[in-house]
Amino acid sequence: MSRRPKRRHTPIVVAVWAGVAIAFFALPFIGILVRAPWGDLPDVVTDRAVRRALWLSLRTSFVASLIAGILGVPLAWVLARLEFPGRSVVRAIATLSMVLPPVVGGVALFTSFGRRGIVGQYLDDWFGIRLPFSTAGVIVAQTFVAMPFLVLAVESAFRQLDTRYEEAASTLGARPFFVFRRVTLPSVRPALVAGLVLAWARALGEFGATITFAGNLPGRTQTMPLATYLALESEPERALVLSLVMIGISFAVLLGLRERWLTTALPEVRT
Amino acid sequence: MLVPLLTALASCGSESATTTLDVSAAASLTGPFAEIEKAFELANPGVDVVLNLASSSDLVTQIIEGAPVDVFASADIKNMDKVAEADLIDGVPRVFATNSLRIIVAPGNPLGITGLADLARPGLVYVTCDPNVPIGRYAQEVLDAAGVEVTPASFEENVKGIVAKVTAGEADAGIVYTTDVLAAGDRAEGVDLPADLNVSARYPIAVMKSAESSAAARRFVDFVDSSEGVAILIRFGFGTP
Repeated sequence: MSRRPKRRHTPIVVAVWAGVAIAFFALPFIGILVRAPWGDLPDVVTDRAVRRALWLSLRTSFVASLIAGILGVPLAWVLARLEFPGRSVVRAIATLSMVLPPVVGGVALFTSFGRRGIVGQYLDDWFGIRLPFSTAGVIVAQTFVAMPFLVLAVESAFRQLDTRYEEAASTLGARPFFVFRRVTLPSVRPALVAGLVLAWARALGEFGATITFAGNLPGRTQTMPLATYLALESEPERALVLSLVMIGISFAVLLGLRERWLTTALPEVRT
Repeated sequence: MLVPLLTALASCGSESATTTLDVSAAASLTGPFAEIEKAFELANPGVDVVLNLASSSDLVTQIIEGAPVDVFASADIKNMDKVAEADLIDGVPRVFATNSLRIIVAPGNPLGITGLADLARPGLVYVTCDPNVPIGRYAQEVLDAAGVEVTPASFEENVKGIVAKVTAGEADAGIVYTTDVLAAGDRAEGVDLPADLNVSARYPIAVMKSAESSAAARRFVDFVDSSEGVAILIRFGFGTP
C-alpha cells in the first residue's frame, strides 16, 4: 500500500465533492438515528417475532454464503484459469443476478425452481421438494443474488496469483487437487474471506428475490428485511428499530473487514 | 449544485404547461384507475395524472411520511381514517365504490375447492396479506365468521401479490376481491363465498391538503364519482355504494 498523501496536497475541489459524497451517504443513517424511538429498542429486539426474523436471517445468510463459497470458488477458478470459448458469456451469466433487480431474480427462480418451474415441477413430483414458501427457498434466493460477489472477488485473486508456487508444487509431484487445496486456496484467502463476507452481507440484505420466490411467513421465510418492510406499513416506529438492528450488524461487519480485504475484493473484471 | 441538475432531470419529458396530479390508489383499483386516468386526461388537457398503486396501508405510510400526494383512494375506511387522524385530508372522504370477496384458484379449479372449509385442507397452499392490509383483514374476518382456521403459507405485500402467487401456480388459493378474479381473466378462477359471510369493502377517496392544485384534484375526485367513472368501475366488477 502506498503512503498516505499529505493533507496539503489534497485539491480543495476534490475534498469538497468527497465531503458531499460522505454527507449523501451519512445523512440517511443520521435520519434513522434521529427518528428512531430508542426507548423501544430493548422491547423490539427482545420481541419474539423480531428474534425469529433475526435468527432466520442470520441462519439463512450464513448457509447461503457457505453454499456460495462451495460452488463459487470452483467457478471462479474455472473463469480465471481455463481458456474456453464463451467464457465471457459464462461470466456474464454468473454475475447477472448481481445487476438484475432482485424481483426479476425472484421471478426467474420461480419459473425454474417453483412448483411449476422447469426444474421445480420434478423436484415436487419426484422428491416432494417444494422450495417456494420454505426456508430452503429463502436460501436459494439469497445464494442466487449473493454468489456473484464471491465469484468476482475470488476470480480476481486467482488471476493475480503468481503461478510459480503452483508450478513448483506440481513439479514436486503434487496432484492437481492437492495443489489447489494446499497452495492455490491458501494464497487467495484474503479475497476468499472478503468474498464470503460480501456474499453474506448481500444475502442478509436480500429482499426482492426472497419475497417474490419464497414469500413472507414469520419464522419460515420472513427475514429481517421483509419484517422491516412490512412493519413500515403498520408500525413505522418498529420498522425504524428493525432498521437500526440491520444497520448495526452490517456496519460492524464492514468495520471488521480489513481495508486491504475490501480493496483486493473489489473486482477488476477483464473480458 | 446538484439540486438544479436533479430538478432538470426530473422534469425532463413533462410538458411545460401541465399540472401533474399525483393519485395514490389501492392496488385493487389498478385496472379501473388506469382507464379513469386516460379518460380524465382526455377530458382535462393540461393535467397529467400519475398513479401510485400499492396496498392502502403502504400508501398511508407514504402519505404520513410526507409523500406529495394530491388524491388518495383507499380500499377501506380504516386506512383513510389514519390519514384523517393525521389531519391531512382536505374536506370529507367520499365512498365511491364497493367490492366483495371471492376465493381465487387456478383455472379449472383442479383441487375442487368449493368453499372456505376447503382452505383448511392439509397440504393446500393458501396465501394472504397481513391484517394491516385491507384484504388481509377482510379475509381473516370472513374465515373467522365461518369458523375456519387456516395456516397461510405467506403474507404477501398486497392483494396483487396473492393473485400473482396463485396465477403463477405457487399457491393453490387465496381470498381476494371479486374484481381481482375478473382482472386475472383466464389465468385464474373464482369461487363464490356464502352471501351472509361475504364482506362489502367500501372504497373512500379524498383530496389531500398537500394537493398542489386542489381544483384539479377535486375535478379528478368528481370524475371518479361521475357516471363515466362509475361506468368504468362497474366494467371492472366494482359495485356502487
